[in-house]
Amino acid sequence: MEIILAILVGILYAAGLYMVMRRSIIKLIIGLVLLGHAANLLIFLSGGLIRAIPPIVPEGEIVPPIPVADPLPQAMILTAIVIGFGVVAFTVVLIHRTYQTIGSDDIDLVGETEQ
Amino acid sequence: MTNLLIFPLIIPLITAALMLVFWRWRFAQHLLSIIGALGILASAIILLFTVYHHGIQVLQIGTWPAPFGLTMVADLFSSIMLVMTGLMGLAVIIYSLASIDPQRRKYGYYPLINILLMGVSGAFLTGDIFNLYVWFEVMLIASFVLLALGGEQKQILGAIKYVTLNLLSSALFLAGVGLLYATIGTLNMADLAVKIQMVEQIHFINALSMLFLVAFGIKAAMFPLFFWLPASYHTPPVPVSAIFAALLTKVGVYALIRVFTLIFIQETTFTHTIILILAGFTMVTGVLGAVAQIDFRRLLSFHIISQIGYLLMGLGLMTVQGLAGSVIFMIHVILSKSALFLISGISNRLYGTFDLKKLGGLYQSFPILALLFMVPALSLAGIPPLSGFFAKFALITAGLALEQYYIVGTALTVSILTLYSMMKIWNEAFWKPLPKPTIQLNQDEGLSILRRNSLLIAPIAILALLIVILGIFAEPIYTLALEAAKQLFDTSGYIQAVLGDSS
Repeated sequence: MEIILAILVGILYAAGLYMVMRRSIIKLIIGLVLLGHAANLLIFLSGGLIRAIPPIVPEGEIVPPIPVADPLPQAMILTAIVIGFGVVAFTVVLIHRTYQTIGSDDIDLVGETEQ
Repeated sequence: MTNLLIFPLIIPLITAALMLVFWRWRFAQHLLSIIGALGILASAIILLFTVYHHGIQVLQIGTWPAPFGLTMVADLFSSIMLVMTGLMGLAVIIYSLASIDPQRRKYGYYPLINILLMGVSGAFLTGDIFNLYVWFEVMLIASFVLLALGGEQKQILGAIKYVTLNLLSSALFLAGVGLLYATIGTLNMADLAVKIQMVEQIHFINALSMLFLVAFGIKAAMFPLFFWLPASYHTPPVPVSAIFAALLTKVGVYALIRVFTLIFIQETTFTHTIILILAGFTMVTGVLGAVAQIDFRRLLSFHIISQIGYLLMGLGLMTVQGLAGSVIFMIHVILSKSALFLISGISNRLYGTFDLKKLGGLYQSFPILALLFMVPALSLAGIPPLSGFFAKFALITAGLALEQYYIVGTALTVSILTLYSMMKIWNEAFWKPLPKPTIQLNQDEGLSILRRNSLLIAPIAILALLIVILGIFAEPIYTLALEAAKQLFDTSGYIQAVLGDSS
């Protein structure tokens, strides 16, 4: 299972980078979203995929019975997803404004109008 | 163990929150932003004194013990950076009072500046690598909005490049954090520093360190990852440019110095040699780019890149003297760079252009402005007795001590080119007569603009004064930088302060 997810992460990275390098601004944003997802899945994998119980310490004990799942990667992903959501929302508005400004979806025009 | 660390974070947060309450009251926004900036500066200075006299300060948020909870750490280096943050916040906010248009103010300019300062302070204080990512994002989102606020065409187009490259760097940073956690199983930087020693696959750690180098390198505008910077920094209003130039790339450098002195120190012959080579290229490409520019702010933007090279040089040398050079250079470059950006704003205010070809005659009309320009410009080029000379001197002696003659030669050559490009601004904007096509500004009219806007001059004068003071009192400042560098170089103090005596 980890192998499959690892390959998926690789595909997401490749697809994300490919989309970032396209000329269309919309595809640029999609590429950034894919890269964000790839990073999130990578963190998810970093905790290890095991079948285990939630890490809750039973009453009267100091450590939870093993095996417990690692909750930290999920907490990290949750944070990263929320941040990513906010950033993407901002970016979508930004490309809308760009479209209004240059009247095109072509990223090459962004460079030409620089001066 | 001390709550002192929370103030540089909570003061801008409260200030920003209060400003949202007084959204429409111009006076309240102005007053609050000044008080907030003074608060950050005061708390940072108190923190610096505490750290200097009582050693590294640590705050375990929620009293969770170190590797489990969230840790805030202030060593000398981060305290110095916090003082600079407060100072820059204050200078830029004072300048903004006279120069930000009502439109931008109504859409939340001052709250955003405070959130930006909070993000920067958080990045300097955190002792947890994932938390560092979060503070980076706080800072980035505030900077995205500040960059695009106003919605001018060039701003939007600059913002596209800035946002894309920074998001890419964040995704890489996040991936790096994930892999680091998968390998070592902790996120606390002090704990990482201990446990990374036990990892046997040194090549994997090296590869991981390169991922961090690229991620932070994009944020720090290191060669060859700097292209977003000159494409975006000249587009927003001048105070925004100035605070970006002063703080944002420096946070990237701070993060590089932090992880490459604390965590990735197993094989310095590999990692730090790469940093040293990139530092050299960063200096050269930055200054060559600057020489070719004719726009005041674009020229200065390329200079930021060139200065980043000097900051990385100290890290690449990886000796106490080298790191001390980086620390003192950091103080110097933050002061000089922001002062120059603010001056470019005044010349734009007077003649309505940033184009050096259309500017002229500033020396004849406004000698005080010319004097204020000369101080940071000569300091940047490294002319004694200003701060830049001592900063470069420290770096170059450190380089000579290690017999790294290539980087020393590069640094010296780049200094001359820096001087050349500063002289270019001097000749074009200050020395030559004002070209005919520009609207001839009456000298009295210009003087009255300056007199009415003493708020524009005051922060520059303060910064210029600090540059001179830094040059005159170079000895105590260097001693402080040396202490900070010793703390960076010998990580045991940091680790012990965070993890306690058990480790």
